[in-house]
Amino acid sequence: MNDTVGNRYGSAVIALPSDTEILVTREFDASADLLFDAWTTPELVARWWAGDRGEVTDAQIDLRVGGRWRWVMVANGGFEVAFSGEYREIDRPNRIVRTEVFELVPAAAALSTVTFEEADGVTTLRILGRYPSQEHRDAALASGMEGGLQTSLDALEGLVRPGT
Amino acid sequence: MARLATTTDAFTAVADDRRRALLDALGTEEGTVGELVDRLGLSQPQVSKHLAVLRAVGLVSVRTDGRRRWYRVNGPRLRPVYDWVRSFETTWNNRLDRLDDVLVELQTMEEQT
Repeated sequence: MNDTVGNRYGSAVIALPSDTEILVTREFDASADLLFDAWTTPELVARWWAGDRGEVTDAQIDLRVGGRWRWVMVANGGFEVAFSGEYREIDRPNRIVRTEVFELVPAAAALSTVTFEEADGVTTLRILGRYPSQEHRDAALASGMEGGLQTSLDALEGLVRPGT
Repeated sequence: MARLATTTDAFTAVADDRRRALLDALGTEEGTVGELVDRLGLSQPQVSKHLAVLRAVGLVSVRTDGRRRWYRVNGPRLRPVYDWVRSFETTWNNRLDRLDDVLVELQTMEEQT
């Protein structure tokens, strides 16, 4: 292991570029090729996608335009969280466009554009989710909260709590 | 889908981009309706109407000084909105930190071969 492990922990930035979008941005000290692999290889997805919130129980990836994907995790609270959709655009190692449905809220289908932009050994990952309406976008934001609430409060300890 | 009244809570109040612009324009300073009209290019009745919504949910407070009324953002009332987005951010950070670990391991394996 090298001595930079963990340097970028907690550095993901969430932005709401418009009423119907969510943008997640984060940098990695790795090549775009490796990042692309980590997003498109079932065994690798299984190792990171659940975070510390549970276990990935299935990561199906049919990596071709029109191919389906379905990722499932069992959260620590015991309930199943599944996302699925279809690949629309695949441009290794720069870009993946896919539809994305949170299966508990099937009406809120999003178009997700994942880009990997490498410069000087650092790759910037951007995940742009476009939702059919603001209500759907907000529902997607709330789905992140659901995962957060099910986990231990440890994850919340590091949060800035200005004021009361 | 039925719409909630704009004065239901902080979430419905900030759903309107002009009200978000009002909060941004006030920032950490106090401001009068006249100043906000100048800064945002909205009409005086519009500014007053949106300020009334923000006041109704407690996002903006007002202080009277002689004949002038000074408006200010009541930061703590924005807290639920902040916390809500923040928990999504926590979920993604948690996930991407694990991705970071996987990438470091893949790189180490590549270096060894």
